[in-house]
Amino acid sequence: MTERHDVIVVGAGHNGLVCASYLARAGRKVLVVEAGDSPGGAAATREFAPGYSVSGCAQWVYQLHPGVSRDLELERHGLQWAARDLASVLLDSRGCHLTLSGALIESDQLSGDDREAWRAFHDRTGRYARLLARVFESRPPKLVESNLADRLTLLRLGLGLKLLGRDDMSDLMRIVLTNMYDLMEEYFDSPQLKAVLSFDSVLGARMGPRTPGTVFGYLYRRLGENFGYNGVAQVKGGMGALGQAMAASARVRGVELRLGCRVSSIDSVDGRAAGVTLASGEQLRAALVVSSADPVTTFKGLVGFRHMETGMARRVSQVRCEGIAARLHLALDGLPRFTGLDGARLGQRLVIAPDMNYLERAFNAVKYREYSPHPALDISIPTVNDPAGAPAGCHVLSAIVQFAPYGPPGGWDGPSAVAGLSHREHFTALVLDKIAEYAPGIKEQVVASQLLTPVDLERDYGMTGGHWHHLELSLDQVMMMRPFPGATQYASGLDGLYLCGAGAHPGGGVMGLAGKNAAREILRRGAAA
Amino acid sequence: MKAGSDATMMLRTPFHARVAAACELNDWGTWKGYTTPRAYTDMELEYFAIRSTAGVFDLSPMNKYRITGPDAQACLNRMVTRDVSRIGVGRVGYTVWCNDAGQVMDDGTLFHLGENDYRLCAFARAIDWLHWCALGFDVSIVDESDEVAALAVQGPTSCATLLAMGLEGLEQLKPFGLTHFSFEGETLMVSRTGFTGDLGYELWIAPRQAELLWDRLFAAGEPYLIKPFGSDALDLARIEAGFLQAGVDFVPAESAVRSGRSRSPFELGLAWLVSMDKPVFNGRRALQREQAQGSRYRFALLDVDGNKPAHHSFILSRGGKVGTVTSAAWCPTAKSNVAFAQLEMPHGAVGEELVAEIYYQRELQWTRVLAPCRVIGSPVFNPPRRRAVPPGAF
Ligand SMILES: Cc1cc2nc3c(=O)[nH]c(=O)nc-3n(C[C@H](O)[C@H](O)[C@H](O)COP(=O)(O)OP(=O)(O)OC[C@H]3O[C@@H](n4cnc5c(N)ncnc54)[C@H](O)[C@@H]3O)c2cc1C
Repeated sequence: MTERHDVIVVGAGHNGLVCASYLARAGRKVLVVEAGDSPGGAAATREFAPGYSVSGCAQWVYQLHPGVSRDLELERHGLQWAARDLASVLLDSRGCHLTLSGALIESDQLSGDDREAWRAFHDRTGRYARLLARVFESRPPKLVESNLADRLTLLRLGLGLKLLGRDDMSDLMRIVLTNMYDLMEEYFDSPQLKAVLSFDSVLGARMGPRTPGTVFGYLYRRLGENFGYNGVAQVKGGMGALGQAMAASARVRGVELRLGCRVSSIDSVDGRAAGVTLASGEQLRAALVVSSADPVTTFKGLVGFRHMETGMARRVSQVRCEGIAARLHLALDGLPRFTGLDGARLGQRLVIAPDMNYLERAFNAVKYREYSPHPALDISIPTVNDPAGAPAGCHVLSAIVQFAPYGPPGGWDGPSAVAGLSHREHFTALVLDKIAEYAPGIKEQVVASQLLTPVDLERDYGMTGGHWHHLELSLDQVMMMRPFPGATQYASGLDGLYLCGAGAHPGGGVMGLAGKNAAREILRRGAAA
Repeated sequence: MKAGSDATMMLRTPFHARVAAACELNDWGTWKGYTTPRAYTDMELEYFAIRSTAGVFDLSPMNKYRITGPDAQACLNRMVTRDVSRIGVGRVGYTVWCNDAGQVMDDGTLFHLGENDYRLCAFARAIDWLHWCALGFDVSIVDESDEVAALAVQGPTSCATLLAMGLEGLEQLKPFGLTHFSFEGETLMVSRTGFTGDLGYELWIAPRQAELLWDRLFAAGEPYLIKPFGSDALDLARIEAGFLQAGVDFVPAESAVRSGRSRSPFELGLAWLVSMDKPVFNGRRALQREQAQGSRYRFALLDVDGNKPAHHSFILSRGGKVGTVTSAAWCPTAKSNVAFAQLEMPHGAVGEELVAEIYYQRELQWTRVLAPCRVIGSPVFNPPRRRAVPPGAF
């Protein structure tokens, strides 16, 4: 049992790799231990049918921090874009689609009033998102015993609020706690516009448009504008290529990466994290352990409740991390045809969420561990921009599907209400029916399909609950309350253990800031870390 | 409880019929929703029974929790400050437990009944906290407060009384030991424990045999001048013996509303109960920090001049307020005027001379005295019979 490393990072998700790279760049000897066979975590490319591969979990890049891309020299290490600045197209079954690309809206249906309201809304919320982006670029302040650095962050937040001007400031304070539904009703008439914006506010969250805090979710989604994105982007080779680029960059900086090694426990000596034990039984020692695994895995699974104090075990047992987003991958023998959608727009982001009540109803179902026959979808056809993912002439259609319950009664492979069909088969059929309302011939084109429910995502990507953000991004679980009070600023409540994944501030999405901020905090603390 | 003319909201202990018959003063108080006597006949006579003969106290309302299962010891060891692994089977340990902030939630006694089989007696309700503490442990937790009736038999003739009742060999039981007897088809557990600082025992029995136990006990104890006592006499005895009372001498941390009102074990003079060498237990991180940075308060036993109990007094040093009194009494056996005080650090070192600002009333006239007092190192009452095995005949 030797201590050959200063830091062991659990998990080679993008945040783990980012954190490791920054630490290595500062001279630390870093080992990253990853359970899976490839780097990137939920930023992954997987073959789901012979000859067909796809971004298995996350599919779009829209908020990867430019500082991170620059510092890790991702493009030099192989990151290529298949497409950038893609528009979001809200599909209409009769073909009257609404296209949103950054600040621009294309629609035959939108009134002049709505267009004007949109401009005002977009500008205003853009300013709020800018303020958030700045706050997210540093560690969250602590409210008690705040020191100078925290005061500066608070000051920046306060100053930022002040600089917004009095009207904006009171407006932000008002709307950030409210729900998207009411806010949309306040601004717009167009059901389509209201729907596409509220879809973004609830994507990845166990929330419907009427859930308080969804405006925060919307602003979070808008962060990317400050990071150089005008819409979503697609990575060439799928999200796994981003993981590979990050791993290459980390290796060049001296990070040692061990894939296919599951950590079975984070070990402590005299109340301080001192290393990890692998599933193989091998023990590794280091002065610090940093986990990019989700907080429940980290604390409950790896540290173990019995090795922490009760108050903390209690906090961990109470966090909300049940995912509701599923993934459906379809292997198609040709390019699908969507009513009223020209070929050029097939490579964009396609959204099915006709109106806000539709979304709310789809959400209602998961409250009762059910699924709605009318789910909402975020669809990509990645092979339009990057044909390598399918055999020649063939295509992949891949969707993020909301809302899927974590556990329908009897489990996903248990019997559904339709005789002979499991929940998995039934839900797949419902989603296909839904897509077919917009792309009538699609069912005949499907040669293979794969549904990944939150339970499957949990298993395949090692995230408790299969949650997009590892932990729900609700107002009681953000900033200094993330992941839970008592564990903040990337420290964990167990000395020597830090968090650097989506469960830490600021949250999930392929962004890299959790990893970067955690590394900065560890380096700032120096010997005291 | 049947509805009737004497229906009451108060709960009754399994001994109630006997207690009520003996309670001449009808001076009832409440304890955890139970109606219990403050005094039966005369508080002072009851106190003297504890110190000179034998006194009996109904402690059935005490919260009692049974913790069993493969991880029972590990779970309790993480919960309380003491090293539970050092409390052997058949032994009882006094301990406190803290929240993560290292603040005392409660104190109590832990009975090690068998391998991974414990009973925790607690002042405050603790079922929710026990369940939180059980996260990650394979244990079962049962609230058996209502399944176990209990009597404390305390005083010099307590052993002789119990021997006369037929508890053969009891004189060999060591302090903080426990043993079992059969009693009319039930198991009677006896522990050599108590809250009076005297020779004494606690008897634990199923409620259906409670009244019979009371009757046998008082029959056997008659020649030994046995007497029931209420909570007032107990309070006097425990102050004389230097025992803290939860809710009086400290605010249970999780029920403190105002910040800064709770106390750590160090601040309550209970450092001897804290095993910092355990790798993890609730409050350890905070207590480590406290050790490094220093405590805010110190618990002090004060010997106060004069005979006016320093109830609720301010404690002064050079005219400035440095603390307050939480419990005080003029202790008849030790013949000293004792006060428990919470003093701001660095005050409270043994030998320090301070002043108690005492207010008292005589025939509607309030008087203030400034009584010199000094910090003493150990309780004023601690007789050899409390520890002797066998305790000897009195
Ligand atoms: C359905 C779905 C769709 C999404 N779509 C998008 C999207 O389009 N765009 C976007 O930006 N974000 C998307 N997200 C969110 C995004 O995928 C995550 O927030 C992000 O990838 C989290 O990155 P991370 O590095 O913090 O954690 P992860 O990527 O989860 O990395 C954690 C790593 O730790 C490893 N690990 C866990 N336990 C152990 C162990 N015991 N031993 C060793 N290793 C371990 C895991 O294998 C994993 O590699 C989506 C999420 C979901 C669930």
